[in-house]
Amino acid sequence: MIRMRVFLWVLVGLAAGVFGLFAYQLSQPKHEFVESAMIGQPIPAFDLPPAVADRPGLASGDLADGQPKLLNVFASWCVPCAAEAPNLARLEAGGANIVAVAIRDRPDDVARFLEAYGNPFSRIGKDDISAVQLSIGSSGVPETFVIDGKGVIRYQHIGDIRDGDVAVLLDKLKEAGA
Amino acid sequence: MRTVRHPGESRDLAPPCGSLRRGHRTPREVPAFAGMTVLVCILAMALAVAMTAPVAAQDSLPPAPYAYRQLDDPALEAKALALMETLRCLKCQSQSIADSDAPMAGDMRHQVRSRIAEGEDPEHIRAWLVERYGDYVSYKPTVSATTWPLFAVPAVLLLLAFLILRRRLRGAK
Repeated sequence: MIRMRVFLWVLVGLAAGVFGLFAYQLSQPKHEFVESAMIGQPIPAFDLPPAVADRPGLASGDLADGQPKLLNVFASWCVPCAAEAPNLARLEAGGANIVAVAIRDRPDDVARFLEAYGNPFSRIGKDDISAVQLSIGSSGVPETFVIDGKGVIRYQHIGDIRDGDVAVLLDKLKEAGA
Repeated sequence: MRTVRHPGESRDLAPPCGSLRRGHRTPREVPAFAGMTVLVCILAMALAVAMTAPVAAQDSLPPAPYAYRQLDDPALEAKALALMETLRCLKCQSQSIADSDAPMAGDMRHQVRSRIAEGEDPEHIRAWLVERYGDYVSYKPTVSATTWPLFAVPAVLLLLAFLILRRRLRGAK
């Protein structure tokens, strides 16, 4: 009889444990971002035509020229991309060389966007079918990657760059050898 | 249902949500029309909610060539579809890329279809995506260092149930 009771209490304990786990997981904030699994990997080969007339396009070779860079994935139709513009300007002022990929965008729209919010980019590639975005494991706009001088992806920032992120990105850039 | 909509009444679909009673109707008509007004209001609200959601981020570029176009070869298209149904849309994370209308899902379908048309193996394409986004991008369950208990636990429970049942049935005899 006593053995039976102990067994029942074990069952109750197990059930409580399971529900406790549910309660804990349900109370945790949902992690909405899909992080790139490409950190530490060399950037896949690509060659994108220019997205605007006054900046060259972007190829994977440009990201392995010895100088670490920030790679900004953006689009003119993306509202947070406009919101992060002042902080991109701050990063540029802080010495970062920022290159960009414009996702599913028209040259006129990109030009208008850059005129309105500033152009901190030294190169802008045009990616009409998100091919480069998919190849580096980016799941939305805006995202900013730190690429070291050998073209290896070192860090990914998901979402718009807030004020506090500027120092972090400059640090990561320094870690990458800038 | 004969008084669904009087001429000139369609314009004030929004305000009547709060006011079901109007002057010029006979009492007999009121209940049917009241129900209809509530229904119209609910539909209008649902429509308003549905229309505000996607405004945040949509591009104006046409979809990628193979986002909505099937492959000409039915066998290859079937192969592509089977794969697309087991790949997660990164924008609408509860949908597969075959189900989602997000532009990025369209671009992923283009990747899948054009690669399959070039003769690439579906599992190779899946591996390519998993390499970029992790296991999360694939809906296909795989046995790995972290997922093996999911497969082992049911087998263990079945075995346990079998052993307990056998003991009890023997004891009953």
